[in-house]
Amino acid sequence: MNQSRAVVLAAQVAVGAAFVTIWQTLVSLKILDPFFVSRPSDIAARIAQWSASGTLWAHLATTLEESLLGLLVGAILGVSLGFLLARSPFLARVLDPYIKMLNAVPRVVLAPLFLLWFGLGIWSKVALAVTLVFFVMFFNTYQGVRDASRVLIDNVRMLGATERQLVRHVLVPSALTWIFSSLQTSLGFAMVGAVVGEYLGATRGLGYVIAQAEGTFDTTGVFAGMTVLGIVVVIVSAVVSRFERWLLKWKT
Amino acid sequence: MNALEIERVSRDFTTPAGRPYRAIDEISLAVGAGSFVAIVGPSGCGKSTLLNVVAGLLPPSSGRVRVAGETLTGLNRHATYMFQQDALLPWKTVRDNVALGLTLAGAARADAQSRADAWLDRVGLADFASHYPAQLSGGMRKRTAMAQNWILDRGIVLMDEPFSALDVHTRQRMESELLAIWEGRSAESLALHAGAPGARAFQASETSAGRKTVVFVTHDLEEAIALADEVVILSAGPAARVVAQHHVALARPRDLMELRTTPEFVDLYRRIWAVLRQEVIKSQQDAEARR
Repeated sequence: MNQSRAVVLAAQVAVGAAFVTIWQTLVSLKILDPFFVSRPSDIAARIAQWSASGTLWAHLATTLEESLLGLLVGAILGVSLGFLLARSPFLARVLDPYIKMLNAVPRVVLAPLFLLWFGLGIWSKVALAVTLVFFVMFFNTYQGVRDASRVLIDNVRMLGATERQLVRHVLVPSALTWIFSSLQTSLGFAMVGAVVGEYLGATRGLGYVIAQAEGTFDTTGVFAGMTVLGIVVVIVSAVVSRFERWLLKWKT
Repeated sequence: MNALEIERVSRDFTTPAGRPYRAIDEISLAVGAGSFVAIVGPSGCGKSTLLNVVAGLLPPSSGRVRVAGETLTGLNRHATYMFQQDALLPWKTVRDNVALGLTLAGAARADAQSRADAWLDRVGLADFASHYPAQLSGGMRKRTAMAQNWILDRGIVLMDEPFSALDVHTRQRMESELLAIWEGRSAESLALHAGAPGARAFQASETSAGRKTVVFVTHDLEEAIALADEVVILSAGPAARVVAQHHVALARPRDLMELRTTPEFVDLYRRIWAVLRQEVIKSQQDAEARR
């Protein structure tokens, strides 16, 4: 088990190293033009420079703050509505087409509206993240409550549960397993929402950095921003899956 | 005194195709307090439907169920129900699952847990109190479910093919433990496994007068005879009826390891099987005709 994990990790590092080496070599051999694709050594240097000057951390903090707020608000709204509709089939049927319609709206077209409504600051980005997180959380909660096993419900009722106890001991935990399993996706979506929002209009954040670099044809800056974003997502995912495993430890 | 009276109970359903379907038809049955009644019938004969009506999970279409003399409305608060499928809450530990009924009734946590621990001792799961159901074997989960049911000390225990998913040997052991618990003996007194120290305290703490009424649904006639005082045979569905009722006069406590080969058992089995056999054949013919 441990050995296979080490093997996987080694292979993962090898894939990354190979990709970077080939990239670097192709640029050095002038097969690829650094104006279009930059080069790994420049990108690393740029990240180091940002990191040293502190700008990286400020932008990163903004993006993470927006993402987490988006996740929080989206989760609260999505879970609440999911619960409400799962417990009220009539309301669920009435609202069904509207929810599908709203979910089909491409979020990018909402960004200018949110900029107009909430301004250039973090809240327009939070709003964009919310529109993405909300639906993931809503669908999972709805499904989780609806899917709560009939036998578990009957058993708990026979053991004397009131409606409220039924919600607390069966429906909420049952939905939570679905919600936690969607935490990874939700967090990814929250970051996408934040970065896209920043990209389309902001004064801070990783999306803003990337947009600025693109505006001056600074491909190194664009790739540096993308790389930072990618690394952050991997780290955050690892933390979330730790957390998830702890919360769902009864699943073993 | 009857713990349960089932009076001309019928239950109709609508099939997915929209046709009416009568699962059970005017079933009448009286279950004496403290007796162990097994309801046997071919698959799909409505045994579970009958049990759900008695539990109050399903209202009868006509007829009524009387519990301790009173007509049942809503859930049967004199009964607990052990389901065929696993019904333990997967996110609660074994101890919390056993204590659940007490917790729901508002018992103090410490009290509920210590009583749950006593029951876990009794079913030989003291060492698994902090495990989650997913970490237990099938037999252990059934023992936990038995403790979860019995801890509430309601007068009636309804059981819907509780052991049917287990392998033959585990199943026989669960049957023995069920009888031990029902008779108020500790499961350890059957010398089936090394006894946990706390288990002794339970021995002979309940007299036969304090026994619970058990309604045990199964499709396995052997299991029914081995466990019950009365075996009730239902006809093949739809519109299942009671076709026969046999008294099982085998002495208790019964040694289930040996019982099945005794002449009395074999004789009784032959007589009841003669009736059940026809219903099984009919249900199989119906199943094939539908295909």
